[in-house]
Amino acid sequence: MKIHEYQGKEILRQFGVPTPRGKACFSVDEAVSAAQDSGATVWVVKAQIHAGGRGKGGGVKVARSLEEVRLAAEQILGMQLVTHQTGNEGQRVRRLLVEEGAQISREFYLGMVIDRDAQRVALLASSEGGMEIEEVALHSPEKIHTLRIDPVAGMSAEEAAQVARLIGIPEASVAGTVVVLQGLYRAFVEKEAMLAEINPLVLTADGRVLALDAKFNFDSNALFRHSEIVALRDLDEEDPAEIEASKFDLSYISLEGDIACLVNGAGLAMATMDIIKLYGGNPANFLDVGGGASREKVTEAFKLMLKNPGLKAILVNIFGGIMKCDVIAEGIVAAVREVHLRVPLVVRLEGTNVELGKKILAESGLPIISASDMADAAEKAVAAARGN
Amino acid sequence: MTQGMTGKVGQFHTTNCIAYANGANCFVAGVTPNKGGQSFEGVPIYNSVLEAKQQTGATVSVIYVPPAYAAAAIDEAVDADLDLVICITEGIPVHDMLRTRYRMSRKGAATLNESNGVLAKDRAPGCRTLLIGPNCPGLITPDEIKIGIMPGHIHKKGRIGVVSRSGTLTYEAVGQLTALGLGQSSCVGIGGDPINGLKHLDVLRLFNDDPETDAVIMVGEIGGSDEEACARWIKENMSKPVVGFIAGVTAPPGKRMGHAGAIISGGQGGADAKLAVMEECGIHITRNPAEMGRVMKKVLKG
Repeated sequence: MKIHEYQGKEILRQFGVPTPRGKACFSVDEAVSAAQDSGATVWVVKAQIHAGGRGKGGGVKVARSLEEVRLAAEQILGMQLVTHQTGNEGQRVRRLLVEEGAQISREFYLGMVIDRDAQRVALLASSEGGMEIEEVALHSPEKIHTLRIDPVAGMSAEEAAQVARLIGIPEASVAGTVVVLQGLYRAFVEKEAMLAEINPLVLTADGRVLALDAKFNFDSNALFRHSEIVALRDLDEEDPAEIEASKFDLSYISLEGDIACLVNGAGLAMATMDIIKLYGGNPANFLDVGGGASREKVTEAFKLMLKNPGLKAILVNIFGGIMKCDVIAEGIVAAVREVHLRVPLVVRLEGTNVELGKKILAESGLPIISASDMADAAEKAVAAARGN
Repeated sequence: MTQGMTGKVGQFHTTNCIAYANGANCFVAGVTPNKGGQSFEGVPIYNSVLEAKQQTGATVSVIYVPPAYAAAAIDEAVDADLDLVICITEGIPVHDMLRTRYRMSRKGAATLNESNGVLAKDRAPGCRTLLIGPNCPGLITPDEIKIGIMPGHIHKKGRIGVVSRSGTLTYEAVGQLTALGLGQSSCVGIGGDPINGLKHLDVLRLFNDDPETDAVIMVGEIGGSDEEACARWIKENMSKPVVGFIAGVTAPPGKRMGHAGAIISGGQGGADAKLAVMEECGIHITRNPAEMGRVMKKVLKG
């Protein structure tokens, strides 16, 4: 689960990490009065959306007067901000962060991730702040320093200081950087994050270190014990179809194609998307109905897929294990009768009680195209989507 | 033994596992705290893993405990020095698994440093317990034993090993093999979580040493670099042919595709890159999930 920059900075401050003073604003007037109240003379007005790359898209502006703050807020609030992470449509800006400007002397990168190979939390630090870490990894990997952290001992001050020196923090600011590093690590562990980034971490002209940005992604499996994180969720930033799906415990992700697919199991669902593509089509979504797909869940899944206006065909691919094919077939028949099916439907059933399941589909009188295996299903779905 | 046997899921799958092949002789204990002394389907229930082990001699456990308590259940099995723990539970917080894996890696480390003992190669220092999963369908050796949630009847006894991060996609591979008359030696689901026990590489190593396995189907998916590490090991060490498929060629970056571990992040873990490394390392890859069985058949014919 992602949160906004201003929320991330609030968490960082709770763990002792200094950030510029700032305030979240929902209107232009609010932005101007926040700037006025801050007593600063230079401000940064920042679009708050969950995607990165906001600066390049015109979502971050420096203002040197209250009038400029007003102008920047007017320009940013309500805009469709397009970045490399939003897709072509962009994301509508509904919130701003108005912050005091910092006198930046140097920029650094800090990231915290789950290192899958080492099975540890790892700190990534680099002298190349303000750039995408992927870029740095590609062109100058030697500039990224990694510290894998012992979960019992935590991050020691010595280790943190060493990292600070490695990325070129001047001696006078090492102690301040240790506070930042240890605070970031504690926030990461206590709030159960999967990813945290401070990019850039800046060294100011007067030798302070400040988190100029904050990005967090939390483990959704751990949210049951973090109501304070759940409270930060902003549904405006999420795909409505994915929100709807999560209500019915369906795992759904919108894609850009026109052949919807409904599958049991995440791996098979991905493989179904892949085979649609392999046979010349484009998958419209990832959809895993899970192991215990009831008739209600299948019906909701159909409704969800049919909300896509550009939809050309639906492919259902079920490998019945514990879930019996006859039960799933009944669910499909009931769902199709309930929703208005306006596109061809291809169904591939395999596994437990498959013959019974196929019989139910055949005898339903519904225009269901039956497929014998995954390849046959993909071929038929692609042909159907093309109107053949 | 089954940890979490008295829950709905535990009951259902324990019944199925008992009914499969030698299951009735193999499933000898259940563990549910505070329910010791009761029984289910004739299988006695104990309060702790250690007690179940001492009373029945069980050396393997399968876990259906809910996610919030599942890591602690693994810890308990590790502390009881079981040989193998298979954790089916989906949705365990990743920081819980980090702590559990750390415990496993540190277990007995102090005493080990003092001895000159040779480590069992697949085990962490001092920890004799192997972990499969979490978030996996389990392990099956057709016609012998099924420890997990896979449908037993799609399997056929034979000489192909199957290892996969996914559940139903494993069944798909098995179904294709069985339809072509190719039986399986063992099928291992290693799970879809980012922090887990045995990796592809560990299972491939076991299959390579297994006299009853002639060839292996390895099914991977996006996220992490487990498959790449395994492919490099295969290139250097594997004496048996391997067929490989990676799910998620069409998955967009930054999105978690159902499994917690199935995510392309920081430009890493994409399917095409994995397939390229696998091909380079001599694995017979296919980009068509409907062709896994047929590719294996072709490879075996030489």
